[in-house]
Amino acid sequence: MFDLSVVTKAIFGRLSLESFPIHEPILIVTFIAVLLGGGALVAGLTYFRLWGYLWREWFTTVDHKRIGIMYMILGLIMLLRGFADAIMMRLQQAMAFGGSEGYLNAHHYDQIFTAHGVIMIFFVAMPMVTGLMNYIVPLQIGARDVSFPFLNNFSFWMTAGGAVLVMMSLFVGEFARTGWLAYPPLSGIGYSPDVGVDYYIWALQVAGVGTLLSGVNLVCTIVKMRAPGMTMMKMPVFTWTSLCTNVLIVAAFPVLTAVLVLLSLDRYVGTNFFTNDLGGSPMMYVNLIWIWGHPEVYILILPAFGIFSEVTSTFSGKKLFGYTSMVYATVVITILSYLVWLHHFFTMGSGASVNSFFGITTMIISIPTGAKIFNWLFTMYRGRIRFELPMMWTVAFMLTFVIGGMTGVLLAVPPADFVLHNSLFLIAHFHNVIIGGVLFGLFAGIVYWWPKAFGFRLDPFWGKLSFWFWVIGFYVAFMPLYVLGLMGVTRRLRVFEDPSLQIWFQVAAVGAFLIFLGIAAFLIQIAVSVLRRNELRETSGDPWDGRTLEWATSSPPPDYNFAFTPVIHDNDAWWDMKKRGYLRPQDGFKAIHMPSNTGAGIILAGLSVVLAFALIWYIWWLAAVSFIGLLVVAIGHTFNYSRDFYIPAAEVVRTENERTRLLSGQVKA
Amino acid sequence: MTTTMTTAHGTAQAGQAPVFYMVDEHEHPEGHSTLLGFWIYLMSDCLIFAVLFATYGVLGGNYAAGPSPKDLFDLPLVALNTSMLLLSSITYGFAMLTMEKGRIGPTQGWLAITGLFGLAFLGIELYEFAHLIHEGATPQRSAFLSSFFTLVGTHGLHVTFGIVWLVTLMVQVSKRGLTVANRRRLMCLSMFWHFLDVVWIGVFTFVYLMGMLR
Amino acid sequence: MSRSRLLALLPLTAALSGCDLVVLNPSGDVASQQGQLVVVSTLLMLLIIVPVMALTVLFAWRYRQSNTKARYEPEWDHSTQLELVIWAAPLLIIIVLGALTWMTTHLLDPYRPIERIAANRPVPAEAKTLEIDVVALDWKWLFLYPEYGIAAVNEVAAPVDRPIRFNITSSSVMNSFYIPALAGQIYAMPGMQTQLHAVINQPGAYKGFSANYSGAGFSGMRFTFHGMVDGGFERWVSEVKAGGGALDRNGYLQLERPSENEPVRRYGTVEAGLFKAILNMCVEPGKMCMNDMAAIDARGGLGMAGIHITMPLLYDKHARRGAVFGPEPRDVIGICTVAELVPELVPDLVADLAAPEPAPELAAPLLGAGLPRPSTP
Repeated sequence: MFDLSVVTKAIFGRLSLESFPIHEPILIVTFIAVLLGGGALVAGLTYFRLWGYLWREWFTTVDHKRIGIMYMILGLIMLLRGFADAIMMRLQQAMAFGGSEGYLNAHHYDQIFTAHGVIMIFFVAMPMVTGLMNYIVPLQIGARDVSFPFLNNFSFWMTAGGAVLVMMSLFVGEFARTGWLAYPPLSGIGYSPDVGVDYYIWALQVAGVGTLLSGVNLVCTIVKMRAPGMTMMKMPVFTWTSLCTNVLIVAAFPVLTAVLVLLSLDRYVGTNFFTNDLGGSPMMYVNLIWIWGHPEVYILILPAFGIFSEVTSTFSGKKLFGYTSMVYATVVITILSYLVWLHHFFTMGSGASVNSFFGITTMIISIPTGAKIFNWLFTMYRGRIRFELPMMWTVAFMLTFVIGGMTGVLLAVPPADFVLHNSLFLIAHFHNVIIGGVLFGLFAGIVYWWPKAFGFRLDPFWGKLSFWFWVIGFYVAFMPLYVLGLMGVTRRLRVFEDPSLQIWFQVAAVGAFLIFLGIAAFLIQIAVSVLRRNELRETSGDPWDGRTLEWATSSPPPDYNFAFTPVIHDNDAWWDMKKRGYLRPQDGFKAIHMPSNTGAGIILAGLSVVLAFALIWYIWWLAAVSFIGLLVVAIGHTFNYSRDFYIPAAEVVRTENERTRLLSGQVKA
Repeated sequence: MTTTMTTAHGTAQAGQAPVFYMVDEHEHPEGHSTLLGFWIYLMSDCLIFAVLFATYGVLGGNYAAGPSPKDLFDLPLVALNTSMLLLSSITYGFAMLTMEKGRIGPTQGWLAITGLFGLAFLGIELYEFAHLIHEGATPQRSAFLSSFFTLVGTHGLHVTFGIVWLVTLMVQVSKRGLTVANRRRLMCLSMFWHFLDVVWIGVFTFVYLMGMLR
Repeated sequence: MSRSRLLALLPLTAALSGCDLVVLNPSGDVASQQGQLVVVSTLLMLLIIVPVMALTVLFAWRYRQSNTKARYEPEWDHSTQLELVIWAAPLLIIIVLGALTWMTTHLLDPYRPIERIAANRPVPAEAKTLEIDVVALDWKWLFLYPEYGIAAVNEVAAPVDRPIRFNITSSSVMNSFYIPALAGQIYAMPGMQTQLHAVINQPGAYKGFSANYSGAGFSGMRFTFHGMVDGGFERWVSEVKAGGGALDRNGYLQLERPSENEPVRRYGTVEAGLFKAILNMCVEPGKMCMNDMAAIDARGGLGMAGIHITMPLLYDKHARRGAVFGPEPRDVIGICTVAELVPELVPDLVADLAAPEPAPELAAPLLGAGLPRPSTP
């Protein structure tokens, strides 16, 4: 007899009608909303005939500035998704008391907290940090692009591909129900036989390729493409922290790749690395994933430190205090971040000496971090501080981050960790450093460099509104979690017994709502600023009286960044140029050699997503086809020899003359 | 490196003539940082192997009441295999030497020989794997075998991609000759190939030789 | 010092007077030492955090742009003395905290038998440590009392002021065993044993739970820890014994199946050797115990003869683990012991495994330099 199920299985793998979560009303509503929104977007783009423009000017671009902006947009979109998860968790935990199950079942809730962690780290913080580095670093070192422009485009699309996979899991199948690091044996095939963990694995693998290559790219760029005169110790601090971050990426992400490969072998091939069976060791996974995981924390925070350094120095109108010690502090943090991973599992039963060692190395990191805080402090000292938005974020960071740092060091004391590990105290701690450090840094950076990227400032009113909602919302949302942690409440709980806890969760939910208002105000700020862009127009290219090289060029910078390669004499190169009477060159422009756009990156990333999807759903024929497709496109790309072109001198002259006109107009006004 | 710097227009402070930009085009030639970038990539790849070695180091003794290296490994075969890879490295070296002289024919010839040695290496490795699996020593049998197959298999996969790349470059060279771009690519593949050689020496020592001793 | 400490705690206590900060105010000596450590470390760090926060506000205010009276030195960017201070100040605090960490980590090592019942009350010489075996199941807790031959699900009791040793394992995935009022947590992991030494000082019913997410029923993985006065505990034991119910291997295999929000259950008798079997994942007939496997592996495995023995070593509850490319495990039916499995292959090994185990070491080796050795119980 002919068995239809064999055929459908061969064609669709594990995918069936049951894979679509039609029994979850929340997801159905979300799906309809996404469908309507996406449909409207597609219709709009089609109506205004923007597809060709997008493809030519954005999707295939190799311009580091446009890629940087695309990273920021990706991060922002994913922030909305990650935050939706956050607010759902807060609601559930505020409701599920006194016998109430809340409004989320375990199947849904467990996916939400996993997705929240994965999205916020990999698809919000990482893209935004990478986006800023991408945009700013080449400008700060006086380069025209990164070392490998095509690779840059490919990296972005791989990151976006990972995000697409995570989003797909919302409507096709499910996401992991394991927590954001997917500890085995729970994440093994025996305990998580569904597609959730596979989505997790392949989303991170696809995005991980992008992150790793972008790390290689930026390290190379910083090492090789600095303008003449810019020695290592004359690099802007943001460039330094970017260098250290990218070194960390190159040295940490392969570990993640390898450990996820081992986990997928366990799941797909039946090997026994992390199983309970046949000699496997789940503890091995925990060690390996944190060998990546801890440096990852510094991958996120170091660029934020760089942003704060630039902002503090600019808005205090002063050279950065202790540049050398700042650089050494960054380097020391980079190295030490590899010697602390075990502090994430003191409670796994290592001996006291091992625990003490890792506890103390962790504390040692607080010394260079403390030195950095003091450096910012003494940069403000005897300065003339302009409290524009970026500086407000910086001061909020300094006041908030030290609390998070303190609780972090506290958690590094192993016996203290025994009572606080995995508690809401820990949750409060790392949100304190990630929101108070990374996120505040990103906001400071966005507001600071926005005029550079778009040629007009962001509206300060909505920005300040967003700032206050965020800062107050953060404290209201997370201080109760510190208290709950001290009350012995652990993380990832879905329902609660003790009614006395409820009030704290309700307060935290209010805080989450305030943060929601903060995000809304931020989006409104962008919308209002775009609408009022002519009033907020900034023609000088240097709206904040900046100090580093990115302010030497126009806003937005021309495709080639600098018509002539700048020569650097001082740490604060642009400050030095302004001080010593630099005059902008007005003639003698030449044709400029630039890389050409290519669609290979987006095609390769698209095929990777298809491959990952096929592997997740066991659609073997599709996996084979897309894998061969990947090989063919990759090899085909090596036969493409027309990879560069010259911007004609006439066009450079036109662009530069336009800037001359703007600058002189500004002088008159 | 003889770039002339022209003084900025306008007034500078007395006695000083700060140069703030270069009038002569400061060209970063295409591919100027490719070798560095590729080297950094190789180091990250090295870390993947480091993780696999570490995994083998931790789990390599977990035979799960099954066979141990002594029961499984055939050292003469592995020695033969090792010599294949080492020879391929030497022949790749010859390919690079002839490339320096700009002689396309011999370069292609040495590359082809390198590829053949690589294929021989892969063939012997696949034979070894097939033999092990046939005997029941599958990657699923124990954590030791899982980590063994993964470490050695990952290396083999790298060699496979190396061969694909090698063939691609031979086609490139036959089409375009030893252009700057193709020379650079051959240099990258050379680093890759020797890197795999070094990793294999680690595998041979750490997995096979020490496995027989333990 | 004590005054400033009080002052620092004042706002905290005012705000929190309404709630039960069990971590800072627990009922067991180990937890209270850990809680004190939390407070002391925090105060130590506040020594530098408070000035930094104050200076931030002060500088931000004083050097604001509109305050033209404040000094402005745009080129001042270095001061060796100041740099020395900003590196030395955190360094000093970390040295003190590091020393504290080294000492307390060793003294409060969960593997180390406790030396005192409370401050200034050393463990009496005649005190016998109460052994409690703990198993994290999906999703409930099983407690076994080897001394009394009883067991309970989601309920555990101990007499006040008697040292307790928990031997902890898990049946399937990672959990964390945590009773905040008693002592810090430690992971419960399958096929492995962790230990926790503790003592409860006040009678009462305390909350216990898993502090490491373990799947769908995780939220309901709660139990009650009863601290009982002398006599009360004995009464509880005899109640459990009188209540009947037997936990044997089959009963355990039923119990370990996933279930949520389990009520308290008690067992008057427990099959001998059950915990050891659970720990080594060989409750199910036909499974080789993990410690036997480890012993065999330490001797170089069973060679090619052992190659098809896979079923006895697949401990997870799924006969075939579902991996798509993995082969079907080849079954060898009806093997119970290593001796049956391979008697002729390694006779001395079998003799070795059959020999009685050496007595367990009394205390984990103590490596903390300069620390007193724990008193032997």
